[in-house]
Amino acid sequence: MAGGQERVLRRRIKSVQSTKKITRAMELIAASRIVKAQQRVAAARPYSERITEVIRNLAKAGAGRGSPLLEAREEITTVCFVVIAADRGLAGGYNSSVIRLAERALLAERAQGRQTALITVGKKAHGYFRFRGYEIAESFSGFSDDPSYEDARAVASFVTEKFEAGEYDQVRIAYTRFLSLGTQRATDSTFLPLERLAEDEAPSDGPTADYEFEPSPDEILDRLLPRYAEARLYAAMLDAAASEHANRQRAMKSATDNADDLITRLSRVMNRARQDAITTEIMEIVGGAEALRQGAGNHEDLLVDVVGGAHDLFPETYDSHHPHHPRSDA
Amino acid sequence: MSLEVQVVSPERILWTGDAERVITRTAGGGGEIAFLTGHAPFVGALDIGVTRVLPAGGGEELAVAVHGGFVEVSGDQVSILSDVAELADDIDVSRAQAALDRLQGTTPTEDDAEEVELALRRAQARLDAAQRSS
Repeated sequence: MAGGQERVLRRRIKSVQSTKKITRAMELIAASRIVKAQQRVAAARPYSERITEVIRNLAKAGAGRGSPLLEAREEITTVCFVVIAADRGLAGGYNSSVIRLAERALLAERAQGRQTALITVGKKAHGYFRFRGYEIAESFSGFSDDPSYEDARAVASFVTEKFEAGEYDQVRIAYTRFLSLGTQRATDSTFLPLERLAEDEAPSDGPTADYEFEPSPDEILDRLLPRYAEARLYAAMLDAAASEHANRQRAMKSATDNADDLITRLSRVMNRARQDAITTEIMEIVGGAEALRQGAGNHEDLLVDVVGGAHDLFPETYDSHHPHHPRSDA
Repeated sequence: MSLEVQVVSPERILWTGDAERVITRTAGGGGEIAFLTGHAPFVGALDIGVTRVLPAGGGEELAVAVHGGFVEVSGDQVSILSDVAELADDIDVSRAQAALDRLQGTTPTEDDAEEVELALRRAQARLDAAQRSS
């Protein structure tokens, strides 16, 4: 029935409209969160820049020989992957791209006969790998969209401890780099051992006088390297958070646009259905009126007469079988 | 001539400005060390304690409770890097006092003796910083 179709369409449009309201709200929230996340990335930069600078100075002074966090192991038997994804979905390809990148890298290491370990950050990463039966050494979650330094410290200290104990020979970190609002790229980079900062780098334009150290350079470095690791992980987590919001904003924007299209299309179909129904109704009314008008003008042509005619042809049959039939020619 | 001082935590810059003098305490029992303009390049690891910054052109001394960290001095720039640093104004004195009292009341077991000791020193540093600035 045409009216029924119209009602169904109206209901669909309504539901699409309310979905659109939700996606639109999420889009706006994500957009404001990106700004905040970017500010946090910027706010964290001075610390990591300074700490890198200090390490460079220490390296110039010859510190760090034999520091376990700096030395690359000769034989790598176990590679640990830290996968940083989000706690929530609805962020387009954000989670799946970083997770798949990590999985590929992990399988590549296995193909070379190495042991692998897995640490997940974010519920989505945890869910993905658990579902596929990977053994997860540790998982952290609950802060993916707004990580604090404490969160980074928890992850970093877990990893560095295992690394120093020799359980892992290399730690790699898979996260999404925030290149710009439009571009975020899933990357996989070595986290531990820490990159040895080039000692023979071109001297900075500042004074190159020798530094005084208190306590000794090696002692300072021992305290500094764990902090440096934390700062690097924190930077990665902030980048990942900014990327998450950017991806979510994009995903929600396209969902909102799509809802708009859908509403336009459905409205068009619904209007056509309504017009069809109206047209059909008019046709019926016109047809009915026409029939009535014709009937009023020419009584002999009406059904009653036909029946009457039939009675005339077979009077006995009608009399015996339909005794109550009104006689038209009475 | 004054020092350019930055007090930086991993999450943000806590304080930045010009100062006449910065006093802090380095780890390893070296005692307190003061930086004035023209100090030789210096890198140090900080103890738990109070770092004091005397702003240029007078004004109140700024006290920062620093729970470990590093100081770098080069060319009249002083950077205090600390993963946990609190400006005296941000310190909740009653909370720090409560923590101190609670910690002094406990007898540390062998396992957590180190932790309790550190927590004690942190609480003390907070109180010192708060008192110094008020």
